[in-house]
Amino acid sequence: MDIALSVCFRKAFASGFSMDVSWQAGSEIVVLFGPSGAGKSLTFQTIAGLVKPDEGHIQLGDRVFHDTGAGIDLPPQSREIGYLFQHHALFPHMTTRENVRYGHPQPHSSEAAIECAAMLARFHLEGLEQRRPGALSGGQRQRVALARALMRKPRVLLLDEPLSAVDLAVRRSIRSELKALQRTLGIPMVIITHDLGEALALADRLVIYDHGRVLQAGTPEAVLQNPQNDLITAWVGHTPLQGERIFSF
Amino acid sequence: MEAILTAAKLSLWVSLSATLLIALVGIVLAYFLARRNFPGKHLLDVLISIPLVLPPTVVGYTLVLLLGREGWIGAPLYRLTGWSFVFTWQGAALAAFVVALPLMVRVSRAAIEAVDQDLIHASTVLGKSEWETVLKVILPLARGGIMAGILLAFARALGEFGATLMIAGNIPGKTSTLPLSIYSAFQSGDDALAQTLAILLTIISGTVIYLAGKWSSSRWI
Repeated sequence: MDIALSVCFRKAFASGFSMDVSWQAGSEIVVLFGPSGAGKSLTFQTIAGLVKPDEGHIQLGDRVFHDTGAGIDLPPQSREIGYLFQHHALFPHMTTRENVRYGHPQPHSSEAAIECAAMLARFHLEGLEQRRPGALSGGQRQRVALARALMRKPRVLLLDEPLSAVDLAVRRSIRSELKALQRTLGIPMVIITHDLGEALALADRLVIYDHGRVLQAGTPEAVLQNPQNDLITAWVGHTPLQGERIFSF
Repeated sequence: MEAILTAAKLSLWVSLSATLLIALVGIVLAYFLARRNFPGKHLLDVLISIPLVLPPTVVGYTLVLLLGREGWIGAPLYRLTGWSFVFTWQGAALAAFVVALPLMVRVSRAAIEAVDQDLIHASTVLGKSEWETVLKVILPLARGGIMAGILLAFARALGEFGATLMIAGNIPGKTSTLPLSIYSAFQSGDDALAQTLAILLTIISGTVIYLAGKWSSSRWI
């Protein structure tokens, strides 16, 4: 594996929760899997520069985002990250077109207009350009959020529970769309889920989180065949059907 | 009739001047109090808010101590320019500004704090500077609360009496706003004038409060 994304940091929060995680990934689909409150979303926020670690090193390709020792901490604006928030975080006062164009570095340029039109077509959003997010379905909102994130030409995609807001029937098609998208872009795509069926269906690499720690990381096959922790054994010993949740929350 | 018009025009002029200044200063203060941490933040919050609970006469007296011809700021100002806030419409506008500012700051601060943190993060991760995020995301989403705050501040400025009397006096045609004119008319036994002015002020203030309620409940759907 050529390392494209390297994440290693420690952080203690005022609430008493602490994180100490380390994992690496290539230009592939990485799934962060674990229960709610395990620190998966906080990992995204740390990669994006929205949360500053106490100590660590975060690197994407040859760009160091954060290196506590070297005093490097790039602002979130210059990290070139595509971040899909759990509830999409679409701007409610903007139309679909305005939301997507906002992702461009110069939203009012003619280039932004051309790229926006192409992006709307790519994500099948024609006809919805003038609608505000409140008038879109969950799946449509997600496509707008993805289109907006891609306008920035990101070098890594962080998707926080992209399948939680859509119904079961749509999930399968979104899964294959996400896989196709990753292959087209050729950049690391990190996906958060607490659904093991989804994690196994999507992951090239699986990173298992619990209580702010990484329990195990590797290909899904390696994790399933050689679980290195009793907790993982308990989880994967009962590999649920796709869509079934193994945590009771 | 002329007395009514003069007082109403002066009141509107004083209140609008104060409100314009409140809108500009209030948005900046509300934003910093809502989204930034800095030394002295709580002290600043108390200083802005204290006119809400102090008798306006205390606010007026403080303004005279600060800005009167013998005041800490007023004395050097008077020596340099030969001008003072005392007994001027600017003095009345300043009194209205100090008394009405906390309403604007509190209401718009709450509206800014209510903007979903994820939306602010989304804008930041999309590469937008804090300034762009404020202009394109935070202020448009908080606009209902900000407009409501401005209207409430205008209504409070329009009704200002005590602090205005202390620093600007009650000079007909110069600093005698509607509330002060009502007091003068009542004192001189002109009940008809007092009643007319009181009804006029109530109608204007009621309309402004109604509009403030409409603005604050407006949402993006």
